Amino acid sequence: MSRLPTPITRPAPRTPAGSARRRGRREAATAWAFVLPSVLVILGLSVVPVLWSLLLSFQYSDLLTPSVWVGWDNYRQLADDPQFAQAVRNTLVYTALYVPLSIGLGLALALVLNRRIRFSGLYRTLLFVPFVVSAAAQGVLFSFILDPEFGAANALLHRLGLSPQGFLSDPAQALLVLVAISLWSGTGFCVVIYLAALQDVPRELIEAATLDGAERRHVLRHVTLPTIAPVSVFLLLWQTISALQVFDLVYVTTKGGPLGSTTVIVYFVWEQAFRNFTAGYGAAAAYVLGVALLVVAAGLRLVRRRDDRRLKGATS
Amino acid sequence: MTDLSHLPGRATDRLRPVGRTTGEPVARPRRRFRLPFSPWHLLLAPLALLFAVPLIWLGLSSVMSDAEINRFPPALWPSGIHLGGYRFVLGNAMFPRWFANSLIVSAVAVVSNLLLGTLGGYAFARMRFGGSRVLLVLMLATMAIPFQLTMIPTFLVMRKLGLVDTLGALIVPSLVTPFAVFLLRQFFLSLPRELEEAAWIDGCSRLRVLFQIVVPLSRPALSTVAVLTFLTTWNDLSWPLIALNHDANYTLQLGLTTFRGQHHTQWSAVMAGNVITVLPVLLAFLAAQKTFVRSITSTGLKG
Repeated sequence: MSRLPTPITRPAPRTPAGSARRRGRREAATAWAFVLPSVLVILGLSVVPVLWSLLLSFQYSDLLTPSVWVGWDNYRQLADDPQFAQAVRNTLVYTALYVPLSIGLGLALALVLNRRIRFSGLYRTLLFVPFVVSAAAQGVLFSFILDPEFGAANALLHRLGLSPQGFLSDPAQALLVLVAISLWSGTGFCVVIYLAALQDVPRELIEAATLDGAERRHVLRHVTLPTIAPVSVFLLLWQTISALQVFDLVYVTTKGGPLGSTTVIVYFVWEQAFRNFTAGYGAAAAYVLGVALLVVAAGLRLVRRRDDRRLKGATS
Repeated sequence: MTDLSHLPGRATDRLRPVGRTTGEPVARPRRRFRLPFSPWHLLLAPLALLFAVPLIWLGLSSVMSDAEINRFPPALWPSGIHLGGYRFVLGNAMFPRWFANSLIVSAVAVVSNLLLGTLGGYAFARMRFGGSRVLLVLMLATMAIPFQLTMIPTFLVMRKLGLVDTLGALIVPSLVTPFAVFLLRQFFLSLPRELEEAAWIDGCSRLRVLFQIVVPLSRPALSTVAVLTFLTTWNDLSWPLIALNHDANYTLQLGLTTFRGQHHTQWSAVMAGNVITVLPVLLAFLAAQKTFVRSITSTGLKG
């Protein structure tokens, strides 16, 4: 750069400490300007509602007229509400089936696809694509396929000489059918995550084990699975949290029916708040679920930390 | 794989390591009775087909005539391409509106997540300001808050802002997610500092450094944020269900669920609507498949 003549009015050189401080202050101001929109939206729409929800859960509120403080009444009422008990039961059954099945199936498929096998990319895509289909679209599609009278599923059963099924309209089957639909869309996610984890299993470990004479299943049991354990814990957490929060699919397919057989907790919360206009009661139910989720997450954290320590102990 | 250990072969062959995907090809000794393909295909092909069939059936049924769909058992293959369903859906007064609504909400969410996420992520990655650590941890913690805990009060907040039953109620909460801020922060941290420092010391403003040097280098992270933001906003059902009342403001997902009740007999129209709803995410996924899968697996998911 060409040097310009020094202007006569040039200000006296600032002391380095002062200019650094001023620069730091300006830097902080810029930084705050950068983060402020995100902070307002994210914290404003999470921290405020979480606290508000807690307050609501101790009130009688219909979202319209001023609410009344009722203390623990909502929670007490929840404890005696057979519909809520059923919602909790349904959610637990759904979670207990969906989580292990999706993870188990995902792991098995990932182990197979991780071999040098032709078309594995195609298989992975086919398994994963349902994951990007919205729950609304899934619900509409499967209501059509599983329609007891006109659906393709019963047509297929008919051709095979089997008796037609009620599927989503049968109280004994509806929840299981929902699990099956969720497996259709959610297994691919587990496959993809496990495939990525398997790439990270150190080749040397496997080769060392094979040289030591370990058989394939031993390598799997003692090398592969322990190495991908953190991913398994992650998936367990992730799938459990999403299973406990299932709503969209239920809303689109069964609306909680038939006979409440598919009413899950979030559906119960939504129904209380926005259909029956007992928002305080709904908020209390939401808090019960929120605390349950917290316990799950904290429990898994503990397990994970213990595992980490054990792993560290093993390698050092 | 079927157990081939009884077949003659070198001992090492039986001990072939599992879990290999990379590395040099293994010279396999010849075996006498070998299938021309891996036996695993016998398991994988039917399973993959099973996963694909519902979507194939979605496409097929959307081009069937109603007569073909409504007879029992329904036709398994359309006799020709009947576009009656599509014509009905697109000629419907509401459907194109729902599509436009979804498109507006998703487009705003994508642009704004990129912009605000970049600004926030950069400040957290590179700038020093009081309370930044606490703020970052707080933002991260909000990712763990389940939706149903916030849905009732968020509705009340939106009502206070006068946004209920407008697209604004959908746009405001999706303007920026902690995920976007955090992912971009992680990415910016991985960039070499020197690139920016030179420009910064030369007197460039932070904003210019960010948009002229950092952003062009961050295409992978930005496209990840864009794709995932599009996917979640386009596919969302529960929040529109709570925030919107009049069907003129519905999004595609929400419209689709009411559509079914209204036109119960006209399954071809419902399926055509469903195809139109699914297609954008499907195309986005196929176009960005590599990025997409990588982003899913790398965004802090692997411990």
